[in-house]
Amino acid sequence: MSAGFHIVVCGSLVPDPLQTLEPIRGPQGPGLKNEMMLPAILDPWAGHALFEAANLAASGGKVWLLSMGPKAKLQQVMMSVAQKAPFELVVLDGPAGGFTDAHFTARALAEAIEGIAGLDRSRLLLFGGWQSASRGAGSTLQMVGERLGVLDQFQGVDEIRVQDDGAFVVKERVEGGGYLVSRCAGPPAVLGWATGNLPEPPNNPQLGMANMRLIMPALQRAEPVPAEPGGLSFASVELPKARRETRLVKDLPPAEVAADILAWIKS
Amino acid sequence: MEKVLFLAHNEEGGGLSRACLEALSAARDLAQGLGAELAVGLFGGEVSGAAEAIGGCGAACFLAAAGPVFASSRYASDAAACEALCRASGAGLVVAAADSRLSRVLPGVAQRLGGRIDTHLTGLWVKDGSPAAARWFYRQRMVAEFTRSERPWLMSVESGCFEAFDGPGAVEPEPVAVDLSEACKRTEVLGLETPSADEQTIRPDAELLFVAGAGWTKKQADGRTHVKEAEGLILDFLNRTKASLGSSKSLVDISGEGHEVISYLTHLHQVGQTGATPRHPKGLAACCHGEEPHVVGWRFIGERRAINLDAGCGWAQGKADVLYVADAFEVLARLNELLARA
Ligand SMILES: Cc1cc2nc3c(=O)[nH]c(=O)nc-3n(C[C@H](O)[C@H](O)[C@H](O)COP(=O)(O)OP(=O)(O)OC[C@H]3O[C@@H](n4cnc5c(N)ncnc54)[C@H](O)[C@@H]3O)c2cc1C
Repeated sequence: MSAGFHIVVCGSLVPDPLQTLEPIRGPQGPGLKNEMMLPAILDPWAGHALFEAANLAASGGKVWLLSMGPKAKLQQVMMSVAQKAPFELVVLDGPAGGFTDAHFTARALAEAIEGIAGLDRSRLLLFGGWQSASRGAGSTLQMVGERLGVLDQFQGVDEIRVQDDGAFVVKERVEGGGYLVSRCAGPPAVLGWATGNLPEPPNNPQLGMANMRLIMPALQRAEPVPAEPGGLSFASVELPKARRETRLVKDLPPAEVAADILAWIKS
Repeated sequence: MEKVLFLAHNEEGGGLSRACLEALSAARDLAQGLGAELAVGLFGGEVSGAAEAIGGCGAACFLAAAGPVFASSRYASDAAACEALCRASGAGLVVAAADSRLSRVLPGVAQRLGGRIDTHLTGLWVKDGSPAAARWFYRQRMVAEFTRSERPWLMSVESGCFEAFDGPGAVEPEPVAVDLSEACKRTEVLGLETPSADEQTIRPDAELLFVAGAGWTKKQADGRTHVKEAEGLILDFLNRTKASLGSSKSLVDISGEGHEVISYLTHLHQVGQTGATPRHPKGLAACCHGEEPHVVGWRFIGERRAINLDAGCGWAQGKADVLYVADAFEVLARLNELLARA
C-alpha cells in the first residue's frame, strides 16, 4: 500500500561536520563565523529520512523535500542531494542556523506544506531527522505535525514496515539500546528518523539531472520567510574551553598498561 | 508570580526513573530561586508509587493523569495527558526529563499550549529574577546560555546534570480528566524490544564507557585483520567490567558495507557528531582516530583515557587525560586476564 504515500521530508543544510565552527554575535543574535562560506551538507538524519522515503515511494507514491535555508547555499547542497533520490523540492528562503527558534521554523514549514499543490494530507507521511545537527532540539517535526493536526507521531525511528492493509509497524529508539515497537493504522503520521536501515545511495548523475530540472525553478520561486521577533535571548555562546593536558604513556609493556588501566577503572 | 510544574511519567515498576528524579531537582531549584510555587504532574498507567517516591518534594499540588490507556508510551495519549496536566496546573514554566518518552511528546504539547520549548538543557538557574538555561548547539560543539520571555515555557533537562531528588512521602494525587478521542488510539504499542541481558552492551548507568574505533578491523602488524579476535576481546571486557559500549562512526559503518564485522555493533552504539553523546564518569577509547568534530562523542565523559598505536591520535591529544601508545589487542587481552583473576 506504500503506493499511496505522499511523503514530505523536512530537512535543511548544516555545516559539514569536518569544519571548525566558531560562534559570533551578530545584530540578529548569535551565528557562526563565516557562516555563508562554510561548506554545507544535507542534515545527516534528515538525509536518512530522505533515503527511507525514496525507498518507500519506489513502488508508488511521491516524495517532496521541504527545505528552509539560504537559497544560494541550498542550491549548492542540492547538486549532490539531487543525485541520491527522486524528489520534488519545496524551498523556503530563510535561516537554517542552530540558533533559530524551532517554533518559527515549524510555523514556516507547516504553512509551506499546506501550500503544496497535489499533496493529499490523508496520505501524508511527514518525515525528517529526529534531531538536526544544528539546533539538535528534536522539536520541529512534532510542532509541524501538531499544526497539521497529525496525532500519530514517532521519533528516533530506525524502521518502518508497511503491512498489506495499509497499517505500518514502526521501531523507535528508546533508552539502553532498545526499541519501542508500535503499529499505526495508517497515514497521516510524523516520523522523525534516526539512522534507519539503508545505506547512502550512490550518486546517480542521470537522476541528478532529472531532479535539477524541477529544483532550479523551485529555488527561483522561493519566497523569503520574514524573521519573527521572539522572546528568546542569548546571553552567551561559547566553545568549550577545556583542552586537556594529555599524558603520553609510551614504551610500557602491554601487561603494565593493562595493570595501570585496571587500577584506574577501580579507583 | 511564576509557577513551576514538574512533569513526569512512572516507570514500569511504579516509581520514577533517575532521569525524572534529576529533572525534579532542576524544577525544585528553579521554583526556589524564583520564589515560585512548585506543582507535580504525573502520567502513566499507575502513578501512586511515583507520587510516593517524591511526596516530600514540597510541591503545593500533585496532579495525575493515570489509567491503563496511559500505560504505554504513545504520542497521542501522552500528549493529551501532558496537555491536561499543564493546563490544570496553570504553570508558566514546565520542567521534565529529556528521556525518550517525554522528548517525543513535549514539543507537540508546547505547540498545543501556544508556548515554547527548549530541550536537552544542561543547566537551569535564576538570573536577575528570571529563569536562565544552558544547552549545547551544533551537536555539542558550542554551549549557549539564554532566557525566554514567552510562557508557557517547557524545558527538558539532560540526565547527569542534576542530583537525583530523594524525598519520599505519602501523597494522594488529584486526578485530572483527559479528553481522549478515538483519533488518539490509531496507534497501538506492541511492546519493547530490548537486547537480552548477555547481548546488552549499551548501559547508560555504567561507570565506564568503552569506545571502539575502526582500528579493530584494520590490518595489524602481521598484515592481517583479526576481527573475530577483536569481537571476543571487547565482549569479554564488557562482560567483566559491565562497561557500556560506544563506537566510532567508521566502525559501525563498516557493518553496512559487507566487510567482516563486530557482530553485536549497531548504529545505536555510535557516539559522536551523528551519534549519541552519553554521560559516564569514565571513558576508555581504543583504536579510535578523529578530529574535534567527531570526538564530541565523549564530550560528557569525566575522566578519559585512550589506547592507540599512534602517539598523534587526534581522538586523544588534548581530549584525553592519558594516551597509552600501545597495541590495543595486547592490552585488552592482558586486561581481561587481570579481570578474570580479580
Ligand atoms: C557527516 C559526518 C558525520 C560524522 N559523524 C561521526 C560520528 O557521529 N561519530 C564518529 O566517530 N565519527 C563521525 N564522523 C567521522 C568519521 O567517520 C571518522 O572517520 C571517524 O570518527 C574515525 O574513525 P575511527 O576513529 O573509528 O577510526 P580510523 O580513523 O580508521 O582510525 C583507526 C585508528 O586505530 C588505530 N589502531 C589500529 N590498530 C590498532 C591497534 N592494534 N592498537 C591500537 N590502535 C590501533 C590507528 O592508529 C588509528 O588511529 C563523521 C564524518 C562525517 C563526514
